[in-house]
Amino acid sequence: MAKPLLKVENLRKSFGGVSATDNLNLDVEPLGIHAVIGPNGAGKTTLISQLSGALKPDSGRILFDGRDITTLPAPARSALGLARTFQITSIFHEFTTLDNVALAVQAHDGHSFRFWRAARGEARLREPAREALDLVGLGARADVTARDMSHGEHRQLEIAMALAGKPTMLLLDEPMAGMGPEESRLMVDILKGLKGKLTILLIEHDMDAVFALADRITVLVYGRAIASGTVDEIRANPEVRTAYLGEEESV
Amino acid sequence: MANRPQIFIVLAIFLALAFVPAIAEWTEVPFYADFGRRMMILSIGALSLNLIMGYGGMISFGHAAFVGIGAYTIGICAEHELVDGFIQWPLALVVSALFALVFGAISLRTRGVYFIMITLALAQMMYFLGVSLDRYGGDDGLPLVEPSYFADLIDLSDKTNLYWLVYVLLILCLWISHRMVNSRFGMVIQGARSNEARMEAIGYPTFRYKLTAFVIAGMMAGLSGILLANHTDFVNPDMMHWTRSGDLIIMVLLGGMGSLAGPIVGAVAFLVLEELLAGVTEYWQLIFGPFLILVVLFARGGLLGFFDRKDS
Amino acid sequence: MIDTALLFEQLFNGVQYGMLLFLLAAGLTLVFGIMDLMNLAHGSLYMMGAYIAASATQFFDSFLLGIVVALPATLLLGIIVEILVLRRLYSRGHLDQVLATFGMILFFNELVRLIWGPAGIEVALPPVMNQALEIFGVPLPIYRMVVIGVGLLVAAFLYVLVVKTRTGMLIRAGASNREMVGALGVDIKKVFTLVFGLGAALAALAGVLAGPIFAATIGMGENILIQVLVVIVIGGIGSIRGAFVGALLIGVMEILGRSFLDVFFELFLPVNAAETAAPAVASMLIYILMAGVLFFRPQGLFPARTG
Repeated sequence: MAKPLLKVENLRKSFGGVSATDNLNLDVEPLGIHAVIGPNGAGKTTLISQLSGALKPDSGRILFDGRDITTLPAPARSALGLARTFQITSIFHEFTTLDNVALAVQAHDGHSFRFWRAARGEARLREPAREALDLVGLGARADVTARDMSHGEHRQLEIAMALAGKPTMLLLDEPMAGMGPEESRLMVDILKGLKGKLTILLIEHDMDAVFALADRITVLVYGRAIASGTVDEIRANPEVRTAYLGEEESV
Repeated sequence: MANRPQIFIVLAIFLALAFVPAIAEWTEVPFYADFGRRMMILSIGALSLNLIMGYGGMISFGHAAFVGIGAYTIGICAEHELVDGFIQWPLALVVSALFALVFGAISLRTRGVYFIMITLALAQMMYFLGVSLDRYGGDDGLPLVEPSYFADLIDLSDKTNLYWLVYVLLILCLWISHRMVNSRFGMVIQGARSNEARMEAIGYPTFRYKLTAFVIAGMMAGLSGILLANHTDFVNPDMMHWTRSGDLIIMVLLGGMGSLAGPIVGAVAFLVLEELLAGVTEYWQLIFGPFLILVVLFARGGLLGFFDRKDS
Repeated sequence: MIDTALLFEQLFNGVQYGMLLFLLAAGLTLVFGIMDLMNLAHGSLYMMGAYIAASATQFFDSFLLGIVVALPATLLLGIIVEILVLRRLYSRGHLDQVLATFGMILFFNELVRLIWGPAGIEVALPPVMNQALEIFGVPLPIYRMVVIGVGLLVAAFLYVLVVKTRTGMLIRAGASNREMVGALGVDIKKVFTLVFGLGAALAALAGVLAGPIFAATIGMGENILIQVLVVIVIGGIGSIRGAFVGALLIGVMEILGRSFLDVFFELFLPVNAAETAAPAVASMLIYILMAGVLFFRPQGLFPARTG
């Protein structure tokens, strides 16, 4: 197995008396899709928040590309190539779709203490932004105000903004949240297209999508990883079946 | 950003303002020129607040402090016989910027309600400081011994010259605001207002940008104060009172937040309304207060019709 | 050196001032914390309480009757204000709230000027209140002791209410996480009304008590409001305990600072410099304290909010 791009060691996080992340260990190999699944309350979003830098762990280490990023603030991690999306859509509602993504491109194009030139006129920002939009299928909606788009398009925009900075690794927090079957299928296609281009950690509830996309799966229950392996290994694992997938043979 | 009716209104205002000195002279009512000058000076103040409040979402209830600081720097310089404008004015801008840096560094560590209260408290602190400095007039204020001196460039003891200087500076400030708001920096400030968590996630250390905006706005407010001092030939702590900050916020609101020239419209509307109401009754705030409440409750977009957003 | 009798007396005055600040801060911090309402007009209720008490005292020639009339009258005024204006602001952003309540301040100040004139009213105390009791050899006015007493009583009442009763539990939960309380099916509107009423009553009480000490004047609400805001920022929004500690801290600091800072400065500055600097720095003391607290704990000393 290749050296992991992301390595999580003994991560712990509790809120009051509740342990959201309980001595978690996780390895994510480069250029695969590693899915993290688990029942509600398993601590999946808490995990992503700690990985992206939005939340500080109580103890443990996070290594990205060999580098200890445990105490690095979120903007610095983004600069290193670690991008995240949000489970509850978090975009800039008053801006157009293109503006949204251009802002993400801009973050990775040096400092922004430039006060004179109109940002919307800079091809350096607009071109990569359009590319990212095309990748997620929003190319035609570039000039629509974000507020006016559908929920599914918002989820697509989420991904585009994360991709805009040309990251090495994506942390996707339930990208298909709230999507109908047609939209989900579109999203799966988008993610399939990203496979092999960058490393993805995917949190999802939609088991069809997970089984279609994932190379490896880790199962999280009450903040601990109870199993980690290939899709087939996880499907066959009896503990996982009882804890999460239920006992139906059809899974 | 701006649409047809807005551009039209703003151009109309500038056109009208261009004629005011002539009208004042023709009718022999210097008050018109004074009033016009005051409108423009306060417009610069409102413009500066709009940069951080309208575009940046930072609701500063202490912005008048920087106006006062700019004014007092001029006054104190003049008191110590430093009347050279070429030194006074840059000095006042630097002093305003420094205070803005310190106040911003303290205040921007907080959000929402806290931020409003801290900016209010810090500004009021400056007010009390001004009141307690007997050396510089204290409560009574400090008369400006003589206006800023610019050698042969411009004679500011002639108030008409001051009028045109303010006119030009207002246009300059408007233009600078325009460029700044649409620049990369402006995008960051607007993004931070819209969704700060996302900004951090995509890679912006937002604090340094917000602080920079705060300092720039403080400097522009300081400019407003410099001009105010030369306009009234007088500086007093009242310029920094928190109700003056409230006035600035009202101006930005009346003009429509997040529109570039809205503050100018708002300042004009505010001062005209104040004059009109004061003419009707001595107790004009009895009408103005409820009027403000009604505007807030029902005319959310101000006179130029933009949207106010719930801050974090 | 410092006259210990004067020190003790000013300490006493500081505690008394702190109690007034606490009455105002307790109500305001709950309104901020639970209703997320930035109510700048809280000070106006305080002012109206003082003026109504002053007028009623003059009319009935009795301070006691003055209080009995002023408290419910001011509370009623608060309720009217809540129904007419404040209620519509709950869902609005803080800017809207700040501006609307600012408009209310302008209105009330002008109203007071219209009804009572610009000069302000002194409130006469019954002679027994004006007498002084000697404690540790220092004469302390009985009235100020009464104010301290009332403050402590209110603090005890609030403590029992918030910590020991079910209502109090709702208030604490609401201060900690408003949305969660609503999600749990509690009628949040009832909690709001209760909290606002409590705040208004406390503001009225503070105003009534303050009249004899400060006289009822236009703008008295704003002057004290700024300091109340500092108290709340330092204490932590939504925390009554924070309001209590913060109020005492600010009250004592403010009074002692004004009285003794020049003496303190004279320890290491020439007299002239000390005399000039002292009033200036004294007026800035509480803000420096605020800045200091915020630097280390931006949420205040006893933050109630978790959600």
